[in-house]
Amino acid sequence: MSSDQIKKTLILKGVGVSPGIAIGRCYRFNPLDSQISFYKLKDESLIPKEVSRFRKALKESEHQLLEIQKNLKKAKIAEPIYVIDVHILILKDRIFTNRTIRYIRKLGVNAEWALRMTLDHYKKIFAGVEDDYISSRISDVQYVVQRILRNLSGEKREIVWETGSNGVIIVAHDISPADTAQMKLDKIMGFATDSGGRTSHTAIVARSLELPAVVGLDNITGFVADGDELIVDGTAGMVVVNPYTDMLKRYEEKKRHHDAAQDHYLQYGVLPATTLDKFRVNIGCNIEFVEEIPSAITHGAENIGLYRTEFLYIYRDTLPTEDDHLNNYRQVVEDKNLSWATIRTFDLGGDKFPNYQKQAKEANPQMGLRAIRFCLKEVDIFKTQLRAIWRASAYGKIKILFPMISSVDEIREAKALLQETRQELEDEGVDIAATIETGVMIEVPAAVIIADKLAREVDFFSIGTNDLIQYSLAIDRANERLSYMYEPLHPAVLRLIKQVVEAAQKAKIHTSMCGEMAGDPLCTLILLGMELDELSMNHLAIPRIKKIIRESTLKEAKVMLKKALSFNTAKEVRSYVQDYMIKRFPDEFAEED
Amino acid sequence: MGGILELTEASRTLKLKNKLGLHARAAAAFVKVAQQFKSKIYLEHKGQKVNGDSILDILTLACPKGGSLTIKTEGVDATSALEALEKLVKNKFGED
Repeated sequence: MSSDQIKKTLILKGVGVSPGIAIGRCYRFNPLDSQISFYKLKDESLIPKEVSRFRKALKESEHQLLEIQKNLKKAKIAEPIYVIDVHILILKDRIFTNRTIRYIRKLGVNAEWALRMTLDHYKKIFAGVEDDYISSRISDVQYVVQRILRNLSGEKREIVWETGSNGVIIVAHDISPADTAQMKLDKIMGFATDSGGRTSHTAIVARSLELPAVVGLDNITGFVADGDELIVDGTAGMVVVNPYTDMLKRYEEKKRHHDAAQDHYLQYGVLPATTLDKFRVNIGCNIEFVEEIPSAITHGAENIGLYRTEFLYIYRDTLPTEDDHLNNYRQVVEDKNLSWATIRTFDLGGDKFPNYQKQAKEANPQMGLRAIRFCLKEVDIFKTQLRAIWRASAYGKIKILFPMISSVDEIREAKALLQETRQELEDEGVDIAATIETGVMIEVPAAVIIADKLAREVDFFSIGTNDLIQYSLAIDRANERLSYMYEPLHPAVLRLIKQVVEAAQKAKIHTSMCGEMAGDPLCTLILLGMELDELSMNHLAIPRIKKIIRESTLKEAKVMLKKALSFNTAKEVRSYVQDYMIKRFPDEFAEED
Repeated sequence: MGGILELTEASRTLKLKNKLGLHARAAAAFVKVAQQFKSKIYLEHKGQKVNGDSILDILTLACPKGGSLTIKTEGVDATSALEALEKLVKNKFGED
């Protein structure tokens, strides 16, 4: 984890209305930026002038909307054009305008005030309409009112979207098609709004522009500032504000997969990952949020191979309760489409915990007091999670995975706590499963070296390549100057993986891989040759990996692996693997560099 | 003005057939046609009567698909207004 942890990571959940992932800087859009003053007119003689001021603002608003409509037609964004029609008709609705003028005349208030009263009147009426679609159309009245207000204030300037050279994510209470018409569309990467639903303008606009969007976030405008880093996951319906480094990296990878993913791959999603010579690989999905489960299933996940639980701790002021954990875990294990869910206990250091910030800052948190080390020190926090996992086991098959194990002692201690919590729950008469399979994350080189010993303690291994590569090659993944050295195909890494699988096979336990390498199509034959039992990856990678496996044989994969292991340098391995894969799967790798 | 203007009244009740009922797009189409006539135009649904040239009034009727809608026209061109509006509704507001 890098040092810029000052900004708090926030996860906001809304409704994903346009799929895909956008990563960019926040740009706050507030259509009511202009200062509005409400006042009573000094005397009646000012009324005619106020009325004509209002009429002039109406005229100007209409003129602007017609202009915007014309531009939209030019840009060929067909969908929202009628919405501008609706806005013009509202603007000219004589019942709407007469009511406002009546307020000015009868109450002697300025046009702004009168307009606000008219809006309030319609808010009441629309709120009383049972049809959700119709009652949400109050947003159209709001847009029109905002536009008139802007013209009343003399704010002639349309919003100009001059921002830096990089793309931005528009954050607003809501966005109208007229607003988008004023945006520099090529600078926008996604939308995140407080209000709205599937039929909101933001949704329609985003879909027609094929930009990821999440709406209905309630109060994202209250949480973010211009320039904040944002991830908009329009597929899962979530927005991450100031993601921490690891999460950002995962989303960057997801985004790459999403951009590369083509619909025609989806047909491979539903098929099993069985080679032509009948070797079957289980395909799991790595998830962080329950919202990702539906896409995991549509992309062909057979199980959840890695459920990261860190987020439960990160965006809150208090520790999560046992029920908080349970509520999430139940949703993960209850899905009948998934054979099991592998829950990884939290991999965090003390700096991420509420009420725990006062400890000394660690110079090297990656090798610091985190994951299982922290858990075994803070037993109460750990036991809360373990109890919730047991309780969730009553609802579906769970496997439990302990992160960052580097010794037999650690796994024994963790298992003892697991037994202890099990006993507690049994004594309390709580319904739980008879057993839970336990596994260790193989991500510390020491764990590879003693894999034969660890194998006797657990039911499965799961190789976390991200950390394993980082630790074994001594490369800080966050250090951009070293990133070229981060190489999954390094001979040392390949040997480590092979050693793990062999130790597991001897002990007759399964080996899974849940690091990024598992979802990298270039590495698929190498991993197949290793005879890994399971590959777990982000959902977008699944169809493509399945396709490659289905078109290969275990036999050729073994031959290829043997050859790859014969090289002396990472460069040689990579160029061999690349050449092989491009020749073998010309369609899959044709467009890659 | 020479002759006496003949004021007529006409009305018809129809069932809405378009997918979303009397939603924003349909309401906009209705208002645009209604505004072409001199007659006063009213819409009625479930006992609620609103102005046929006010998009906001029409929206608040919230007439769903399959709902019955009464169009009333009063004025010099009441008959032709009714005909035009009836045609629009029957054509599902030019949608689908």
